Amino acid sequence: MKNAFVIFALATLALLAYGLYMALVVAPTEATMGDVQRIFYYHVPSAWAAFLCFGINAVASVWYLAKRGVKADAIALASAEVGVVFCSIVLLTGPIWARPVWGIWWTWDARLTSTLVLWLIYVAYLMLRRFSGSGRAPVLAATLAIFGFFDVPFVYLSIRIFRTQHPQPVMGGGENSGLDPVMARAFLWNMLAFTCYCLLVIWMRYRLQIAEQAVEQAHAERALGERA
Amino acid sequence: MTSPTLTAMTRATLAKDLRLEWRSKDAINSMLFFALLVVVIFAFAFDPTAEESRRIAGGLIWTALLFSTVVALNQTWARELRNNVLDAYRVSPAPPNAMFLAKGFANFIFVAVLQLLMAPLFVVFYSLRPIGPLWQLLVIGLLANWALVVNGTFFAAMSIRTRNREIMLPLILFPISIPALMAMVEATTEVLTGDYSPRFWIKLLAAYDVVFTVVCLLLFETVLNAE
Repeated sequence: MKNAFVIFALATLALLAYGLYMALVVAPTEATMGDVQRIFYYHVPSAWAAFLCFGINAVASVWYLAKRGVKADAIALASAEVGVVFCSIVLLTGPIWARPVWGIWWTWDARLTSTLVLWLIYVAYLMLRRFSGSGRAPVLAATLAIFGFFDVPFVYLSIRIFRTQHPQPVMGGGENSGLDPVMARAFLWNMLAFTCYCLLVIWMRYRLQIAEQAVEQAHAERALGERA
Repeated sequence: MTSPTLTAMTRATLAKDLRLEWRSKDAINSMLFFALLVVVIFAFAFDPTAEESRRIAGGLIWTALLFSTVVALNQTWARELRNNVLDAYRVSPAPPNAMFLAKGFANFIFVAVLQLLMAPLFVVFYSLRPIGPLWQLLVIGLLANWALVVNGTFFAAMSIRTRNREIMLPLILFPISIPALMAMVEATTEVLTGDYSPRFWIKLLAAYDVVFTVVCLLLFETVLNAE
């Protein structure tokens, strides 16, 4: 297990480095936006990583409520924390790109607003975990995660009615859509690198959580032993 | 001994809560005064003309009601902590959902009374005169009330289990309620201005109510027994 982790970590590092090289050196400069467009190679993969994390969190939460395993809870916690970080990266890189291209930092557009609401829900999730006692936190948090999961379609539907300013997905859209093949390659390498990176960090956080649980358990057992 | 049925148990708990509230008037008084304060503060903060207030009143009404609903929701379970009523309930054969439904209905009634008292106040303070059909406001009011109260009652049961109790409730309730809040504000604004039909938003609210009522009923037992 330890070996697998090291190999995966090294592979992820290599992928990230290659992705960086592809995005900054190999990919051509975008005709109208210029170099600022390169943020796209990080913005979109981060968004994907955040959604992946929240998906993992939802599955782990249901799994926890069904089976009450500590491992499921550790995965839920790890994925929620990592998801919030990636979601924050999306919310920060977006305005950096939007300011020169749209002329504004922020707009209450459908995609931006839904991402922000998702971020709010998961920050609430982490707050709830922090403020509930260690025995109850997993159950309460898993319950809230399920509420969040059912909330997403409503968020999406209600906000879609607002006018959309965010660029439509570039690939697989209408006739004029499609990336330059070199750009597409740089983008896909970064998607792969970020997916691995996201899973790697979840894995690290998961191992840390399992270790923390073991330490807590040992402390509790020692306290019981002393009293007896 | 046969265990009490869901309806009998719900009715008994609801009657108890309403009787307590009728005698003390704790929840309704604090909610009402709080809502009044929010309305007055909004009026100073925005100083709207009649035309403007028609456009923003939907937002003002529902933010005021949302904040004052939290005041009532926080009192929902606090009463049951004293004398360990919740623990007694947990070991009794009564269905857990009866407790939840009774609390939910009680809050629904409190908020409905608040809405009834607040509506004329808004009309007077913001010189409102709706252009769209009035009966739609009634439907929106009922659906929006349940949308806030069903999740609110549930999350209040969660937040009394946390260290920072009363602060926790809005922190988890508001993010989840954003789509519902958006639907009630937009629907109310459409009725007040008469520009578009609020039909889409009313349907969205109704769907929200149904989905989250089911989720709450499915998960309440888990939360009640979380230790």
